[in-house]
Formats: sequence, C-alpha cells, structure tokens
Amino acid sequence: MALQSNIPEGPLAEKWEKHKNNIRLVNPANKRLIDIIVVGTGLAGASAAASFAEMGYNVKAFCFQDSPRRAHSIAAQGGINAAKNYQNDGDSVYRLFYDTIKGGDYRSREANVYRLAEVSANIIDQCVAQGVPFARDYGGLLDNRSFGGVLVSRTFYAKGQTGQQLLLGAYSALSRQISKGKVQMYNRHEMLDVVIVDGKCRGIIARNLVTGEVERHGAHAVVLGSGGYGNVFFLSTNAMGSNVSAAWKAHRKGAYFANPCYTQIHPTCIPVSGDYQSKLTLMSESLRNDGRIWVPKKKEDVEAIRNGSKRPVDLSEDERDYYLERRYPSFGNLVPRDVASRAAKERCDEGFGVNKTGEAVFLDFSSAIMRYGKTEANIQGVKNPSEDQVRQLGEDVVRAKYGNLFQMYEKITDDNPYKTPMKIYPAVHYTMGGLWVDYNLMTSVPGLYAAGEANFSDHGANRLGASALMQGLADGYFVIPYTIGEYLADDIRTGAISTDTPEFAQAEKEVKDKINAFINNNGDTPVDDFHRKLGRIMWDNCGMARNEQGLKNAISEIQKLREEFYQKVRVPGSAEELNPELEKALRVADFLELGELMCRDALERNESCGGHFREEYQTEEGEARRDDENYTYVAAWEFTGTPSEAQLHKEDLVFENVELKQRSYK
Amino acid sequence: MNLTLKIWRQSGPNDKGRMETYQVSDISPDMSFLEMIDVLNDQLVREGKDPVAFDHDCREGICGMCSMYINGEAHGPGRGVTTCQLHMRSFKDGETIYIEPWRAAAFPVIKDLVTDRSAFDRIIQAGGYVSVNTSGNTQDANALPIPKENADKAFDAATCIGCGACVATCKNSSAMLFTSAKVSQLALLPQGEAERERRVLRMVNQMDLEGFGNCTNTGACEVECPKGISLENIARMNREFLKASISSES
Repeated sequence: MALQSNIPEGPLAEKWEKHKNNIRLVNPANKRLIDIIVVGTGLAGASAAASFAEMGYNVKAFCFQDSPRRAHSIAAQGGINAAKNYQNDGDSVYRLFYDTIKGGDYRSREANVYRLAEVSANIIDQCVAQGVPFARDYGGLLDNRSFGGVLVSRTFYAKGQTGQQLLLGAYSALSRQISKGKVQMYNRHEMLDVVIVDGKCRGIIARNLVTGEVERHGAHAVVLGSGGYGNVFFLSTNAMGSNVSAAWKAHRKGAYFANPCYTQIHPTCIPVSGDYQSKLTLMSESLRNDGRIWVPKKKEDVEAIRNGSKRPVDLSEDERDYYLERRYPSFGNLVPRDVASRAAKERCDEGFGVNKTGEAVFLDFSSAIMRYGKTEANIQGVKNPSEDQVRQLGEDVVRAKYGNLFQMYEKITDDNPYKTPMKIYPAVHYTMGGLWVDYNLMTSVPGLYAAGEANFSDHGANRLGASALMQGLADGYFVIPYTIGEYLADDIRTGAISTDTPEFAQAEKEVKDKINAFINNNGDTPVDDFHRKLGRIMWDNCGMARNEQGLKNAISEIQKLREEFYQKVRVPGSAEELNPELEKALRVADFLELGELMCRDALERNESCGGHFREEYQTEEGEARRDDENYTYVAAWEFTGTPSEAQLHKEDLVFENVELKQRSYK
Repeated sequence: MNLTLKIWRQSGPNDKGRMETYQVSDISPDMSFLEMIDVLNDQLVREGKDPVAFDHDCREGICGMCSMYINGEAHGPGRGVTTCQLHMRSFKDGETIYIEPWRAAAFPVIKDLVTDRSAFDRIIQAGGYVSVNTSGNTQDANALPIPKENADKAFDAATCIGCGACVATCKNSSAMLFTSAKVSQLALLPQGEAERERRVLRMVNQMDLEGFGNCTNTGACEVECPKGISLENIARMNREFLKASISSES
C-alpha cells in the first residue's frame, strides 16, 4: 500500500485553514448515532474525548490507571510552548514552526509542524478559560520562560507542574462530559487488541483489570492516545505502567509504525544509583535557564570529588569546564536535548563523570542564586547586602521558580541542591517515533487514529522541550475533532457496530489464549527480569550512540531473550482477578517485539539525525552527520510476522519552505 | 538493611483480610519504599507465592496513585512526600514496618493495598470544572489579568494529586481537603465565577453521598498531605457553601 500523507495543497500558511473548510461535517443529529473509542486519557486522549463529546459524538474512554487524572502527562514539568509573542521578542507562528523543524533535524513534515505552531496560541486561551492556573507576573499577565533550542521566551508554565495543571484541565473537561453521560469512562481497563472489520477499525478488546473479564467494545472509529514506548528501556522517566501495547497491537493489525528508532534521551535526569532501581526521575529542562552544566577540567579533581576529598564548591571557576558554554557559545546551556545529552556522554566517556559510577555531570545554580539575589536586594532596597544575604534572597527566588523540583531532588538523593550542585545524567524520556499517521492523524488502518506521543508526526528526529504538551493538546483539542469528521461522514447510516461478529470473536479468542498461556506457563522467573535484560540490550546498543555491529547483535539477543521469556516467565495468580504480574507480562511481550523493530530501523538509517546517533556518521567535531540525499524520508514499517523482517515503506519528506542545513547551535 | 514487614493481605472485596509477616534483607537505604516492595514481590514470585498488589505509577510523586498507610501514617513518616518518594533511609535496620491500605468506607479495598478511589472522580464530575467547550475562539489568555496572589493561591490548591491521604488519615474519613482544593482553585479565578454557587453545592452534596465524614478541624489532613494543601481551603469552601446556601435558589 502506498503511503498517502494527504497533505492539502496550497501555501504552507493556508493549508490548515483551507483543509478545515473542506472537511465534511457530520450534522449534530447524526453525531448522536456515532460512537468513538478513545484509548488513553493523557493530554491527547482526554482532550480528544472531551471535545468529541462536546460535539455530540458518543464516547467510550479507557485508561489503565484508577482514574483518568493519573495518565503520565501529569508528570510533565517545565512548560508548554505557544507562539503568543507576549514577551515581544519577535516570536511568531513561523518561528515556532522553524525552530521545531530545525530542532527535529529536518525529519518531520512541514505541514503538520506548521499546523501545530498555528494552533499553539489557541491552546493557551483554551486552558486559561478552563481555569488552568499558569504562572503570572505582578501585573496579572502570563509569564514565560525559555527552553532549549530556541532564542525566544515562549514557554508557559505552572511552576514545575505544568503537565499536571494541563492534564487536570483536560480531566475536568472530560469529567464534565462523563457527568452528562456523553463519555462512558472505563478506568482500570487495558486495551489488548483492535478489531478490524472489512478493512476498517471497528472496536477494541479490553481487559477489566479488576475482574479480569475480557470485553468487546465496538465503535465507528478508534483513537489511540496511549503515549510513547520509552519503557522498552526498562529504566526511563516514564511511569511504571506506560506501555506500547495499544500501539503495538494496532501495528500487528496493519498500522505502520514510523521511525521507531527516534528516541529522546533527556540530558537532565537524576543518575542511576543501584541495580534495584525501578525508574529514573527527570529534572526539568527549565532548570537549564538558570543552571550551568560543568565537570572538572582536571582528572585529579574528578578523582577527588568521587572519593569525597573535595567538594564541588571547592573548585574555582578556572578549574571547571562549562563544556556546553565552551562548545556552543550561542545557545550555551540551552542547546537542544540530543546535543546536551551527547555532550554529557562525551565528557563521561572521557573519564570526567563526577559520581562513583562515572556517569554524572554537575548542574550548578550558584551563579543564578547570586545574580537573582543581587536583583532582589535592589528591589527590596537592601543597601550593601552581605554575601549571605544575597545568597538567601537568591535562594528564595530560585525556590519560587523551581521549588518542587529542588525538593524532589533532595528527597531522592539526600543532597541539598541550593548548597551543592545537582548531579545529573541523560535518561530515556520520550519517543518521537510512533504510529504512522496522515495529515488527518489517521493511521494506515481506516478508522484508526493516533494522537499525541503515540503518533510520529510532529517532532522529527528530536523533540524540543515544552513541545510534547503542545502537541498532545493540539491533536486532542484542535486537530482530531475536526479531521475525524472527514471519515465519519460516511458512517452516518452504518448504525451501531455489533460486537457479535466473527471478527470480534476471533480477536477475543486470541487475547484469551495469550492470557491463559501466561497463567499456565510452567516458568520460574519474574517478568521484571526479562524487562531489565531487554532494557540493558536496548540502552547499550540502541541508546545514545548506535553502530551497525551493536544493532545486529541486539536483534539476535532480543530474539533469544523473547524465546526464553515465553519458556521461563512465571505469572502467578489467575486471570480472573487483579493481577499486576499478568499485566506486566502482556506489556513486556510487546516491548520484546518493538525493541527488535527499533534496532532494525536504527540499522536501516545510515545517518545520524537528532536522537538517532550512528557512530559511523559524525563530523570531525563529533556532531551528527545527516544524509539528506538518501534519508529525507519517514520510515514506516509494516508488520510481517517477525519484527526485524518488517516491510519498509518510505514517505519522502518534501521541504518547500525551509532550507535543509546542518543544524548548528554554535 | 534487614526488615520485618507486616502487610495487609486481602484477596478481594469479600475477603475479611489479615496481616501477614514477611522478611526482606539487603535493602539499600537509597531504595524508595516501593522499590523495597518490588524486592519483596520478586522474592514472593520466585517462591511461587502471590505478590502483594499495590497501586503505583509515576514513582515521582505526582500521579497520586501510590497509597500506603505505613506505621500508622498515610504515606509513612516524613512530610510532603508520597509513598514513592519515601526512601528506606527513613527507617532503621531491623525495624518492623506495618503496611496497610487506605481505610475509609468510601474507598473500598479491591485487593491487598489497592483501594477504589473513584468517589473522588464523581466529586469532580459533580462540578469541578468550568463549563467551557473546546473552541478556537475563546478570548485571548491575557485579556483578563488575574492578580498574582490569586493566581498563586489557585495554583497551590490545584496541586492536589487526589491520592486520598487526607481521607485515610482523617478520623472521620472526611474528603473536605480534597473537595475544597478544587472549589478554592476555581473560586479564586474569574473563569470559575459564573458557576461558583452551583459548583460548591453540588460538589459538597456528592461528597456527602459518597459516604465521606464531616470535618471536625483536627487538621490531620493538612499534616499528611504530600502536596501541602492548606486548611485555608476548607475555610474558604465553608464560606462558599454558606454563601451559596443562603443566596442560591436551587
């Protein structure tokens, strides 16, 4: 099947407006006859479900958590971008578009990204109208901060809890529709398959996680807002339950998976401290507004810090290597995530890591504390303040900006980041790849849509900070509620979708067989063992740096591990109860297939771009070297049975409005 | 560290439930409390026993899913933390730790340490929102300045994670702190003004229907709240409720 991106004709800035005007509408009386299933209640899922219901469709929404309010969007910290230009620093829709295309290393679709930038301003208006308490200045107007890879301040925020506030906004809109009966909410339910009838997606199979009952749900269209797949690495900043299963089941049923190797390794996370570790914690990118990243210049200082004979504060400015400021003078500490992560890895690989494992660098707030302290002393009219006074005042300012993050850091590490620099290291955070979708966010299966992190469409090979929240809400509030009409307009006479058909029966049987196989398996090894092993293979071979041999080895190691998993895994308990081990087994089974496809995709892409860094393809200075002539395409994979033997389909990326350049932040 | 764990085991809503004793050894003080439970569960699965069911997800203190009553305190010792942010360095080698689920009639136990907190969702559904549809034409976000003090207070109330520690710790199992946090957030913002009276009446009514108790001002909820939601919000909700009860026609 050829890939139809369905990008509208016409000038870039007019495509979306024109397209919206041409989309077929479903009249309000007919909307009442149409059912939509939404899987996942994060920013994309909750906003889409609420918006569909407001428009009049009947919605069934599913989440595996005990409440839709707990989806992992809630953990997003730093902020959300929008081209409002409130700071009068020359921002515009075009600049946000351009920054996002460039930040994505020219591997995303122009038309999708432009639309994202266009609707960004509406998102802020919508959220404020819902009562989202963004940070404000003393004049009562909205405040902004700056994020990596850009030279303007366009990020709106609510302390370090922006994701929480935006998600609770979407959750409140969803709750309103639940109370009206327009959304039927299924908490503690996990989607385990999609059902295809006559080539169209017509429903899902879901398991009630409390009773274990396997249920059939029919609908005219299914929207997956089920998030990303970072947990394939076992250790990531994702929630424990975040998983690829919904997207992977869709892939197995015909939806193409695009650019799976594009993963984002976030530069500022709390380093791994032990083998028991279950997850990694992010320290928001917003901290790079005020924090300076460094390692010691001399190896003997590194040694002294590791063995505790010197403290970081004992090193003078001359003895520190602020390596981002050194290598990238124009963007400094605010280079994009992929660049910052690789630079940290480079220093640590050279032996400059500052903790026992040698995998940590410093993020230091002392200059910012003193700078803010001086300004605050002036504001408060303190004459000739002492250094301690300045520090105190500065700490208060920093506390107001990042208090919850500093507290979180202290709780985990038992170190006070006001007094000593934070130790940080890159960790898996986000996945730019995902289900292939066209301009309408429809996958290659008619009637099956993907929104938010679950799709691949807007971030290319690297996502800029504060753009995930923007994309999730753009897709859910402002894109899919319009574009789905084009498809559903044909369904007004279809009538309710019956689940009493052979297709549903077959899908249900497959799900039950899989569950029973796990329950009856005669193994002795817990699920997490396999997940950890898979994570290690992925991190070593398909993480921050990849090479041909490593990827080939990884593919065969994953295949072996998968075989071993089915032989040796032990799932205690029964299928007819709350059984967290069974839930994990079903998810890890899918990760074990996805990992293989990711390695295949990384192997196929003989270039370095964004989060995909192939060691064979770098410049003399160690920067990523793209190959625009041969790889300016989206790799969309079709499932054929064995993940690494998937069929590759290429969607060529056409750039009519920006010139492809080497991405430079120097 | 070596520890003795006394954990509430209950196979389902109809089981009476009991405390059971487990031993764990070689626990690192840098582990989080939930990672310590992971170690126990790994041990149980290898022994062919049923692991302890517990709610958890983000493991960074924001989703509100984790919910353990540890040594008689919601989220255990330490202030301003959820169970997932509690680290084993807060305990002593050789200590016996008691772990129970949230206890409240409105939060029935599903299994072991997992409870059903959907009553909180229904309180929000009763009115914890601004009735605005998705529209590309809402007014500009800066058209209506909001005094910083109000915006900050609204934000502080809005940081509630809905974990239910307030209910679990209250001797009356009252949900006043939870409900008042949402009432306050929206009462402090101009966007919430239009539905102010209806909102507080409906949410309080739903709270009562769910079987949560009344507030007797002991303040335990504020102490145990991992997000430091202030009692001030309860006072504000009481004022809102009184005003609405007197003036409202509904």
